[in-house]
Amino acid sequence: MVVRSWRHIKERYNLIGVRCKNCGTVYFPSREICPKCRRKTDFEDIKLSGRGKVYTYSVVHVAPKDFEKQAPYVIAIIELEEGVKITGQVVDCKPDEVYIGMPVEVVFRRIKEDGDDGVITYGYKFRPVEN
Amino acid sequence: MVGIVGYGAYIPKYRIKVEEIARVWNKDPNAIKKGLLVYEKAVPSLDEDTATIAVEASRNALKRSEINPKDIGAVYVGSESHPYAVKPTSTIVAEAIDATPELTAADLEFACKAGTAGIQMCMGLVESGLIKYGLAIGADTAQGAPGDALEYTAAAGGAAYIIGKSNVIAEFNGTYSYTTDTPDFWRREGKPYPRHGGRFTGEPAYFKHVINAAEGLMEKMGTKPEDYDYCVFHQPNGKFYIRVAKTLGFKEEQYKYGLLTPQIGNTYSGAVPLGLSNILDHCEGGERVLAVSYGSGAGSDAFDITITERINKVKDKAPKTAYYLERKEYIDYAIYAKFRRKIKM
Repeated sequence: MVVRSWRHIKERYNLIGVRCKNCGTVYFPSREICPKCRRKTDFEDIKLSGRGKVYTYSVVHVAPKDFEKQAPYVIAIIELEEGVKITGQVVDCKPDEVYIGMPVEVVFRRIKEDGDDGVITYGYKFRPVEN
Repeated sequence: MVGIVGYGAYIPKYRIKVEEIARVWNKDPNAIKKGLLVYEKAVPSLDEDTATIAVEASRNALKRSEINPKDIGAVYVGSESHPYAVKPTSTIVAEAIDATPELTAADLEFACKAGTAGIQMCMGLVESGLIKYGLAIGADTAQGAPGDALEYTAAAGGAAYIIGKSNVIAEFNGTYSYTTDTPDFWRREGKPYPRHGGRFTGEPAYFKHVINAAEGLMEKMGTKPEDYDYCVFHQPNGKFYIRVAKTLGFKEEQYKYGLLTPQIGNTYSGAVPLGLSNILDHCEGGERVLAVSYGSGAGSDAFDITITERINKVKDKAPKTAYYLERKEYIDYAIYAKFRRKIKM
């Protein structure tokens, strides 16, 4: 749990993905090979804007153990401005307020915690853009 | 001169009204509202804590400063509700704003004034040339025991300040602190809720330290209350704030923008930083501000600040304090108890 959380800190705190310089495609989370360019893959790190819109979503009523107290909550696929799609919770709004195409921005939140004496995992979620 | 390069606020969305808390404990809400001048308070969501509030506020400060986060040489988070007893909040913040790894960081605790203590530390490091920019944050998710008077005010929120020497939006003309050993409010190690000395938290604690720090700074600077366009003081409730402002000789038009507690409660280490951020949202270049924090235990940090013309270039680069004040959703006591983890399972 500790090492798995720690290993993802860079990408989960700051939405660091990769962009293939050969074809321009952005990937998140990072990967080793661009499926389009194969051996011509030429990746560079890219900090994603965190702004995008809801591509699709689901309301979770029967949640995994770590998320039971938050249910019902919204899990959405967010299409970011850079074109990449990422999965995350949508917070600060009720499940019935979410709609496909809703503009959202990234927020920094607690994701889960390893009991009441374990490590706290932080990372990205999304909230509606209100201003 | 050392000054503020960027500032940012954050207040959680959820609010609980005094009426709702009073309903549970069978108290008269009108007597509490009149006695404390507090009407509702900000409540963090289940997935919010001092670290997440500090990160949101710091990201807003970075948007206004437009500096490279890698140039930040120190991160100090002042709070009395750090998520871990041992494990710094400041490293989480530093990582989440991409300022790591070449910096120093530490968590501060001094009841409600740890945020302004961080600002003073950054001022010293910047002035001495040890760092280019410092980031000081005051943030809290304050806890009041169920049924205690503190439950009506203990709230959540925070603000972040980037301190530097170039492109400042406000200059520090001077700072002055007044500190004694006064046990008016405390929380022992391992205990979930603080205790306080009731009426003792007034005269020998809050009023003595805030007044002495304010008067000490004005004597040092050779100023009078009328030399300042705005002022902000620590605000455990609205009543103490207005009384201390009037006692010192300040008028409503000077103290009104700094007073947020009636709308969001006492955000502890976030209180003066948030009040100051609301003043910065409203002020113009050339105006002068007096800010005085207070932390139980006890001490006050006072700052004399002059706003520069640059302020209007940065105000709109991040959400203003008023945006967070107006963005709200009311919850009842049951949801509040769940969000604040008061229900043990």
